[in-house]
Amino acid sequence: MSQTQELWWASESFWRKTAIWVTAGSFVVLIFLTFDTVDQITAGSKSERVKAYSVINNRIDYVFDEKRNFQVPVIGPEEPLFGKKLTEEEAMAMVSKGKLTTQAKNCMNCHTLLGNGAYYAPDLTKSWLDPMWGSKETREQTMVNFLINPQDHLYNALGRRMPNLGITEEEARATVAFLKWMSAIDTNGFPTNFKPIDQTDAPAPAAPVVEPVVEPMAEPAAPAQQ
Amino acid sequence: MAAIGISNSAPLNGGQKLAMKYFTVAIALFGAQVLFGLLAGIQYLNPDFLFGILDFSVNRMLHINAMVVWLLFGFIGSVYWLLEDESGVPVVGLGLGNLSFWVFTLAVVVVVLVYLLVQVGPGELKSIWLINEGREYIEAPRWADIGIVVCVLVFFFNVAATFSKGKFTNIGGVLVMDLVALAGLYLAGMWYTPNISMDQHWWWWVIHLWVEATWEVLVGCLMAYGLIKTMGVRRKIVETWLYIEVALMFGSGILGLGHHYFWIGTPEYWFTIGGFFSALEPIPLVAMVVHAVFDAGTHKVKSTNNPALAWIIAQAFGNFFGAGVWGFMHTLPQINLYTHGTQWTASHGHLAFFGAYVTMVIAFMYIAIQKWRGDVYMSGNLVGAWKWKWALFLLHAGMITMTMALLISGYEQSQIERAIGGSTWMAYFEAQGHVWFMQGMLWRQIGGWIFAAGFVLLAWDLLTIGKRETRPALKVQAE
Repeated sequence: MSQTQELWWASESFWRKTAIWVTAGSFVVLIFLTFDTVDQITAGSKSERVKAYSVINNRIDYVFDEKRNFQVPVIGPEEPLFGKKLTEEEAMAMVSKGKLTTQAKNCMNCHTLLGNGAYYAPDLTKSWLDPMWGSKETREQTMVNFLINPQDHLYNALGRRMPNLGITEEEARATVAFLKWMSAIDTNGFPTNFKPIDQTDAPAPAAPVVEPVVEPMAEPAAPAQQ
Repeated sequence: MAAIGISNSAPLNGGQKLAMKYFTVAIALFGAQVLFGLLAGIQYLNPDFLFGILDFSVNRMLHINAMVVWLLFGFIGSVYWLLEDESGVPVVGLGLGNLSFWVFTLAVVVVVLVYLLVQVGPGELKSIWLINEGREYIEAPRWADIGIVVCVLVFFFNVAATFSKGKFTNIGGVLVMDLVALAGLYLAGMWYTPNISMDQHWWWWVIHLWVEATWEVLVGCLMAYGLIKTMGVRRKIVETWLYIEVALMFGSGILGLGHHYFWIGTPEYWFTIGGFFSALEPIPLVAMVVHAVFDAGTHKVKSTNNPALAWIIAQAFGNFFGAGVWGFMHTLPQINLYTHGTQWTASHGHLAFFGAYVTMVIAFMYIAIQKWRGDVYMSGNLVGAWKWKWALFLLHAGMITMTMALLISGYEQSQIERAIGGSTWMAYFEAQGHVWFMQGMLWRQIGGWIFAAGFVLLAWDLLTIGKRETRPALKVQAE
């Protein structure tokens, strides 16, 4: 067999064409998917993956869904943040102020948000629902107080503290609004196996408690506050 | 002709003189990356260290931003280095390119000073415009974003116009197309939205499609040129390989973007698409290893520039292990549910950025230094060769130590915080305080010090290699 004849599958021109077609094809598919994804993750869209900003007027829970086989956010009865019901526009302005605060204070270089960021401090995806804040009645104010003066609160035995970032009361409240709104995003079950704060209306349980499929592990000890 | 062993920019062409400037800033920023990484690492072990002065968030931001910028400077320098050689004509618009270098450098200095001295601002849009955008990797304030875009456009103009005027080699063609994508993608990260799902969706367009697509193709181009330069590999072979790599890289990497869309609010179909395509992402990296090692073997590892060749081979393996293996380990959603946002990611990030990109920029620095010293001999039995060899060893030893240590911490975190504890704050701190986690952090710090020693030696070597040589560079016979 002649060695001078170039094999088509090893030729430069074949691979050049392949590179162009594969790249263009992948890109076109990505564009189509992007249109659909952007539509689905628009706040308040029909897909309900990312809720409207006024969701902060309601209770938000994180409950195991049998069909999807992971926890999903569930919107409960009206429970306005700081006792004040907001219109969609007002809610958006407040969440936006909170989001701007998280950016301007560089939260993402210690914390993760939706799991992205740095790993020096806890994930904030479901922090609104974290049992760390004590009771559901006092958590809003506890969160605001913490954000304004975090350096005085040592929530762990490691000595890791959040620095004082000069967060004002208005910024702290807006940040809490942002965190509450973020906890309502359908994150496909991330974080998994999360144990949210008890939000049932004391004393009588208002809604039937969903039986967890997996038995939760031992409850964590009470936070060591100083 | 320049005297051998004497540093002199006279034998360099215009693009190469500009490349030397980019390399100088790159190596300084590399030092900054190492320094702030060390400080942030210490804070894991001693949280009171510099608390309230240079907090972890500031050190970490500087650590990763210095990395992004020094690698960009290194890439831009590398492209200016090969530009006239590849195209056969002097750089078109070199004056503008030089001006752009100074503007870019000045902007970086201002951004770093603001990060250090101002750190944070009020929760308003003006903070994002002037101080810090607060989005990982692309924290640079908006004014600097615009500056970066302008500088990259000038760079793109230089490259595209020079190839258009001279000859468009296949390397040149791929490079120009890749730079269009690279510059265009940056725009996806330059707007504000209160919707964090939307924010992160577009943010990944910049981060993923840079790091796992366009940057990879860029280093593919650099490797092609590097192999021709150091060993005289036949152009037709490297260029065919380059197209194979582009096909595989973009074929897997573009839709591989989906592996960042598992948990940020994006639809469930990304589980399948992201999982499948990102699982293919290691394939082009295997191709690059085969290609580089095969070429080195056929040339009996005889090269004009041993340090550069060693770093090119290191790139092939580092890219495969760091980006390929370490990425694949946690790319499937079933695993990523537990590893997402843990030290697993840090482990992968360290080895991948080092293996895929740092190595290639260092290889080009050695190619540049050789010519800068009057085409000095840099093959076997080079006088003072211990320095480059020890620098290479220490940088790798430090990096592998850090990677393994972070991985162990990551395993512990995904098990105790995620699988068992259920990701609450208590579970997070329980995992962070665990002895296995803390041991990982200690070993990471030790790895960091080894790496820092390697960096110092590297910088010293780059300043002195070839100084005491009198032999001219070996000539390779093109096949």
